[in-house]
Amino acid sequence: MESTLSAPVIFFASIFTNNILLAYFLGMCSFLAISRELPSAVGLGIAVTFVMTCTTALNYIVYHYLLVPLGLVHFRFIVFIIVIAAFVQLVEMIIERYSPQLYVVLGVFLPLITVNCAILGVCLFMVIRRYNFLQSVAYGLGGGIGWLLAITALAGIREKLRKAPIPKALEGPGISLIIAGLMALSFMAFSGMIQIG
Amino acid sequence: MTQILVGLLSISGLCAFLALLLEIAHAYFANYGECRIDINDGTKQVTVKGGGKLLGTLMDQGIFIPSACGGRGSCGLCKVKVLEGGGPILPTETPYMNAQELASGIRLSCQVRVRNDLKIAIPEAFFLIKAFKTRVIGLKSLTHNIREVHLKLVDPPEIVFKPGQFIQFEVPEYEGCPEPVYRAYSIASAASRNTELKLTITYVERGLATTYIHKLLQEGNEVRINGPYGDFYLRHSDRDMILIATGSGLAPLISILYQMAEEGIDRKATLYFGVRSRRDLFYEEEIRRVSTSLPRFTYVPVLSAPLPEDRWEGETGMVTDPIQRDLRDGSQTEAYLCGNPLMIDAAVKLLKAKGVAEDRIFFDKFS
Repeated sequence: MESTLSAPVIFFASIFTNNILLAYFLGMCSFLAISRELPSAVGLGIAVTFVMTCTTALNYIVYHYLLVPLGLVHFRFIVFIIVIAAFVQLVEMIIERYSPQLYVVLGVFLPLITVNCAILGVCLFMVIRRYNFLQSVAYGLGGGIGWLLAITALAGIREKLRKAPIPKALEGPGISLIIAGLMALSFMAFSGMIQIG
Repeated sequence: MTQILVGLLSISGLCAFLALLLEIAHAYFANYGECRIDINDGTKQVTVKGGGKLLGTLMDQGIFIPSACGGRGSCGLCKVKVLEGGGPILPTETPYMNAQELASGIRLSCQVRVRNDLKIAIPEAFFLIKAFKTRVIGLKSLTHNIREVHLKLVDPPEIVFKPGQFIQFEVPEYEGCPEPVYRAYSIASAASRNTELKLTITYVERGLATTYIHKLLQEGNEVRINGPYGDFYLRHSDRDMILIATGSGLAPLISILYQMAEEGIDRKATLYFGVRSRRDLFYEEEIRRVSTSLPRFTYVPVLSAPLPEDRWEGETGMVTDPIQRDLRDGSQTEAYLCGNPLMIDAAVKLLKAKGVAEDRIFFDKFS
């Protein structure tokens, strides 16, 4: 059965109530590692949003027009990852060409977007929830913006934290994980509005 | 069966399609067009194809920046000053820079990509570095794992170098080595014989270059080299000299000794040569010959693991042990060290403790 939710609903739900990062805790590693400074967090967030939207669309086409007709649905994990990997290579080339500064800042996390589980997660959710093309793109874009929102918020908080008196044992990842948890709690407050998954 | 085939074919087809797409994108996005590199404020200007690393791009233009690792970013030698257009400093460069170098725009040329017009500054001496075509005229096993390669210069026919300097040896493609690699080797012959060079090369298990040199290189082969490089050479003074070598690290020191013998530089000098056992010693005849014209020169071979059949009665232990025992006051001593990096670190520490000034300890680390 196809999902009956309209694309805009899915878009907003995936940003707020079903935030891929704060509700499903996907894509944590780069979320914690690149959230030390606001500019690079925003840069990575935009890159993730871009990759997520485009790969959801690409993977939708590959899944419904290649894998389903050929009966190769069981290959979806491999195929999705291959498409994501190729696409990330492309994005890497473009960023290296047009923004060497961002390229240096993102460093190893740019190729690591390939294995950012949030991106694969969005592609797989799209299949499980039987979204049509428009819904899938809305979900990809919303998921990406949700991830961008979450990492931007965390980076903003962490920049402020630099001057805060934090107990020694909690410095670095410790306090970041606690903040991520608190952020997830506060996002749960939205969950009464819409539910998509 | 068909199911498996269809699966295999469609996944391979998809991969091939994506690979093709990436190739096209690469040709489009990685094309930086032509860039101009201005060297030393207009002394030399070259127009190059952008997209490559600065080190390789300059090498294609006949300008050689010293590099021991061949552009892998592991030796930190290929420093140049990039005045304009170098972009931000990369994390791969910072470990090799001190604060002063960071501030003055020093970069590792093997890491900087030529994306746009550049302004750089390099020492004038780098212009003297040239590429040479040579021919192998002799191959000799000095020990069970060190080979002497004797090269005759073909084009240009002569090389001007300071004894102690090194050259880069181009290892061509061969099975197991998909692209040419460069490795640095010290010159082990006299600078006065400037139409030929000798290199002493230790075999390294599975080493790309040393495997080629030990197993494949034949007499009569053409070899491309470039150089000379390095600031490891004899400083003129009257101070006592301590020379320390391990293994093929003897090469630059023997070249320095030839120079001293030929130019009659009579200084108190001691060569400590550390190897494992007697079968690892080499150039003993050459050392004996130099010592006849250097009255105040002493040769001290040190074996770390002499074999019973060696019947060794000389020094044993680490190469630094006799120095530890014999050197009392190092304040009037100059030291030249070449070989294993661990030995050099230990020797530098010891010499400093013995009062040798840090700026009088010269070394060439084999890495």
